[in-house]
Amino acid sequence: MKLTDEQIERYSRQIILPDVGGKGQEKLLKGSVLIIGAGGLGSPAALYLACAGVGKIGIVDSDKVELNNLQRQILHSTDDVGRPKSESAKERLNNINGDVEVVPYHTRITSKNILDIIKGYDIIVDGSDNFPTRYLVNDACVISKKPLSHGGIFRFDGQAITILPGESACYRCLFHEPPPPGLVPSCQEAGILGAVAGIIGVIQANEALKYILGIGELLTGSLLVFNALDSSFRKVKVPMNPDCPVCGKNPAITELIDYEEFCQVRPRPAVDGSDR
Amino acid sequence: MAVKIKIPTPLQKLTGNKAEFISEGGNIRELIENLEKEYPGLKERLYDKEGKLRRFINIYVNEEDVRFLQRDATPLKDGDEVSIIPAIAGGGK
Repeated sequence: MKLTDEQIERYSRQIILPDVGGKGQEKLLKGSVLIIGAGGLGSPAALYLACAGVGKIGIVDSDKVELNNLQRQILHSTDDVGRPKSESAKERLNNINGDVEVVPYHTRITSKNILDIIKGYDIIVDGSDNFPTRYLVNDACVISKKPLSHGGIFRFDGQAITILPGESACYRCLFHEPPPPGLVPSCQEAGILGAVAGIIGVIQANEALKYILGIGELLTGSLLVFNALDSSFRKVKVPMNPDCPVCGKNPAITELIDYEEFCQVRPRPAVDGSDR
Repeated sequence: MAVKIKIPTPLQKLTGNKAEFISEGGNIRELIENLEKEYPGLKERLYDKEGKLRRFINIYVNEEDVRFLQRDATPLKDGDEVSIIPAIAGGGK
């Protein structure tokens, strides 16, 4: 791959970085990232990855843009209300950078389709909004040995961790299983400031860029804990857990689980659409 | 032992919205018993019905997860910082 003059100009501010250079830029243009959820985390992550010239960006989201999303989901505009988020995201990212191939998946990610979808990407960015999807994404990434950047937010708290399956702790090493329905306030009750989602989403984008470039130290083996009210970042250690049910010595989980959806006010069918 | 305890947002309802304060305990279990006296309801958010620490909330002494130390028997010393960190799932959707 040879960079065009336009690409050299467009990416000049990162090409001049000693750790990036023309070689790094070529890696980015050949790189691919799948973003699960074009919401508060996925929006800023997708924007920075597209700007940086990541060659292929997949966007999985089954929702349509709603007016109340625009306070934090900076991929979408007022005119997009009612459109599928994956389409709105594709248009916005293409407008920013024509180098990027954006692949929209207007679908709900399930145990049936996840392995096929993640297969074609270098690293997965999880910006989903519920525990069933988060555990499904973790397990699928571990089973497929696919790197994963996890980010989560709750009110003024944020968390992020990067997972290199087989090399560093996975999300289940950290939190063995999701909480049962009812113990955690619903998404709609919780509330969020857009900037808090932005901080965590941008950390996830940065992790994906570092992974593709092969530079720095990934956020593996520790959980980054952010609090927006005192602007504090802390890290706690997350060792690989030999008793982990998915990546431990004797894993109990060998196939994907669709947990019951509970972070919804309206009742919905099971995550995979079955009537279990 | 006087330790600093950090309470995560989802549990601050039980602590009168306090995010951080000083409490006492020779180990994690004693600390949680003391917290329960002051903030009733906290204990059952941390322990399941069988009396084991829940699997979606972790407790750290400084940077270390007590599951890899001595779980709730992990001893505490003056000045330790104990953090309760729950799994959070929001993505701002």
